[in-house]
Amino acid sequence: MSAPGASEKEIWPLWEVFVRSSRGISHTHVGSLHAPDATLAVRNARDLYTRRNEGVSIWVVPADAITTSDPDAKGAFFESPAGKNYRHASYYTKSEGVKHL
Amino acid sequence: MIDHGQADVAADPDAHGHVDVDTVQLSAELVEAASVASHDIAEYALWLGDDSLVLAQHLGWWISRAPELEEDIALGNIALDLIGHARSLLHYAGAESGRTEDDLAYWRDEPEWRSAHLFEQPNGDFAHTIARQFIAAHYLFELYSALMNSTDATLAAIAAKAVKEVDYHRDHSIQWVLRLAQGTEESRRRMITGLSDLWPFLEELFVDEPLIDRLEGIAVRPSSLRALVEAAMSPVLAEAELGVPRGFISSGGGRRGDHSENLGPLLAELQVLARAHPGATW
Repeated sequence: MSAPGASEKEIWPLWEVFVRSSRGISHTHVGSLHAPDATLAVRNARDLYTRRNEGVSIWVVPADAITTSDPDAKGAFFESPAGKNYRHASYYTKSEGVKHL
Repeated sequence: MIDHGQADVAADPDAHGHVDVDTVQLSAELVEAASVASHDIAEYALWLGDDSLVLAQHLGWWISRAPELEEDIALGNIALDLIGHARSLLHYAGAESGRTEDDLAYWRDEPEWRSAHLFEQPNGDFAHTIARQFIAAHYLFELYSALMNSTDATLAAIAAKAVKEVDYHRDHSIQWVLRLAQGTEESRRRMITGLSDLWPFLEELFVDEPLIDRLEGIAVRPSSLRALVEAAMSPVLAEAELGVPRGFISSGGGRRGDHSENLGPLLAELQVLARAHPGATW
């Protein structure tokens, strides 16, 4: 998103922004932005993501500090639980005589 | 690659406030004026309202032109805050003469404006704009902090709302002064030039015009702000390893309608649409 012709060095790094809303318990990923450093990233996040009163707390994380799962490996990563109902507690029938379970 | 999906936000309208644009009450920006200002108070409200409106008009120019999209938004947000202050102040100022905030913004000619020269100074490069913001925000913060104690309830209410916003403008300018001054040789050179070019217009902000004597307890005495503004700016300049610029002092005169050469072109752009199509709404 930088000026055309800008060199690699002139492009501000990318930051991922997490905002905790006034009624939320945890911070939620809301988007990303460019900023020259962490301090200004928090301020840019305030201007971009909380200007309509959405939040009470902001976290920013350098985008390149986040290690993600490989989108091409979704099968190997996420399809294994399918059909393994026994991993859910509700799979099991309650033993007789057990109270308060 | 990180998945930047916005699905969560879209599915939860409350996450972004869920405001329908046509239901936004623009009057919420205005502090309700319970009483009509006296002529002198109206004149004082013009001082403050014109400073904010002129500065906001300058800052709006940066949208699409700042170094990065994020900074477009930061400067645009600051401009919108200032327009909010100007609306409240001009609304209050106009009631005395039966004029609306739009009448005052679009139908006054240059000699009728009361802005100080600092706010009229051109955007220049980014460092000039930051230097102007640095001085303006420090001044406005001390001004509104003191004005909260005004015996005029409307001015005190406007100040109480504005002070939190200009506190952020002050922080924004400080962050940039520090970075430009300690960035590259080029950014430091530009920051020094910007501060040197804007500093001559600081003095006018502390001049006690005769109007102030008639508004004891209502208006903030400009000369009383000098020490506060200087004390707040000086540690930032020290941290940035910048000296206090020395040089000529602008003769000022904005409060009496004597303006710098920059105000005319700015007003032309601000007012052309309303004057070309009187009564138009958009």
